[in-house]
Amino acid sequence: MYRILVVLVAGTAAIGAAPSVWAHAFLDHASPAVGSSVPASPRVVTLWFTQDLEPAFSSVTVSDEAGQRVDLGKAQIPQGNPEELQIGLKPLTPGTYLVTWHVVSVDTHPTEGTFTFEIKP
Amino acid sequence: MFRSYTDARARFALAAALTALPAGSPLAHGFAGQRFFPATILTDDPFVADEMSLPQVSVNPPVPDGSRETDFQIDLSKRITPDTDVTIRDQWQRLKPAGLPAVTGLGALQTGAQYQLFVNGPHEALGLVGLNVSWAHTGRVQALGAPDFTTLSPTFDFGKGLGDLPRSLPYLRPFAVTGNLGFDFPTKVESAGAPNPNNFNYGFAFEYSLPYLQCCVKDIGLREPFNRLIPLVEVAFTTPINRVPASQTIGTIQPGVIWAGQYFQIGAEAILPATRLTGHGYGGVVQFHVYLDDLFPHSIGRPISEWW
Repeated sequence: MYRILVVLVAGTAAIGAAPSVWAHAFLDHASPAVGSSVPASPRVVTLWFTQDLEPAFSSVTVSDEAGQRVDLGKAQIPQGNPEELQIGLKPLTPGTYLVTWHVVSVDTHPTEGTFTFEIKP
Repeated sequence: MFRSYTDARARFALAAALTALPAGSPLAHGFAGQRFFPATILTDDPFVADEMSLPQVSVNPPVPDGSRETDFQIDLSKRITPDTDVTIRDQWQRLKPAGLPAVTGLGALQTGAQYQLFVNGPHEALGLVGLNVSWAHTGRVQALGAPDFTTLSPTFDFGKGLGDLPRSLPYLRPFAVTGNLGFDFPTKVESAGAPNPNNFNYGFAFEYSLPYLQCCVKDIGLREPFNRLIPLVEVAFTTPINRVPASQTIGTIQPGVIWAGQYFQIGAEAILPATRLTGHGYGGVVQFHVYLDDLFPHSIGRPISEWW
């Protein structure tokens, strides 16, 4: 039993210590924060993921309550921050906005999600 | 300053890999749209996967005759194609009858074949059909009561997240349920004078996903390890449908929590008997579960059909 436990603990440690290169990319946090209310129009929406992203297959859009795009187009991954995705915004009026993202981690695992943020009047 | 992608060869390989994914592919472990379903302990998962439980340790509540069983279980799921997988499961058991020495040995070998019926991303819904087989004479029949007969068990497994509820109900959206509906068809009607009934099996896992709350509803500021916790309650019952009275239903209720990481998850649940025939008192189960598709995305973590 002791040997089994040692192997399990060692295996867990090895897996936990593996470099964060593979695996599905989950949204870790965002700015503006998921479900938050902000007092003024942000210039960009930034999403931080748990894994490095594949830029050619990762995108994010922002739309208003009427479904109209309010972002400035192509999302970008800042140099040196491969787990980060940014997109610029047009000046926004008070209201609720929907962020929709589709990303592919560098090992080809795709994930997707949506969230909203609000600009207070 | 933004990164540009220049390695055309790698880009082509990635594009080819992505193109090979069929529409609606379950994409290995439990995703439907933005919903991640963890592998649950009691309820069979409604998705095909490349995953392994190593081990799952259960200390079961004492049964009515006072005996108590402890199990060390190994469980492996391996995708053959993106929509099909096979499973294999076995367990080492320690049975301690009241007032008698403990006996140990293997339980029955169980195998399965599963097909992913559907994955609906917008509605966070999954459906799977499978055929599980518990094999005769693969465990200690005399000492541990392992079966001397093979049992065929067709099953339908499903999952549904509530993320498609209106955004005006934000704190209900992290809820999800998975479930199993199935039957047991033993190949012998009795063993050692005792009847082997056909059974109806039904079980459910009710989950509240804190990762979903954080990523998709409202960031309430949870950080590691709390932002990866999924509290849940699982229930499962087996009701005989012939040869013995239906009142001989057995089942358990299992409240617990799963922590789901990038490469593995750890789950722990209490085991509470749900009927008098199931037992009394309480037990517990812990599980260490590995995502092979994330650990080995370019080799054994891919469906076998994509190995060449």
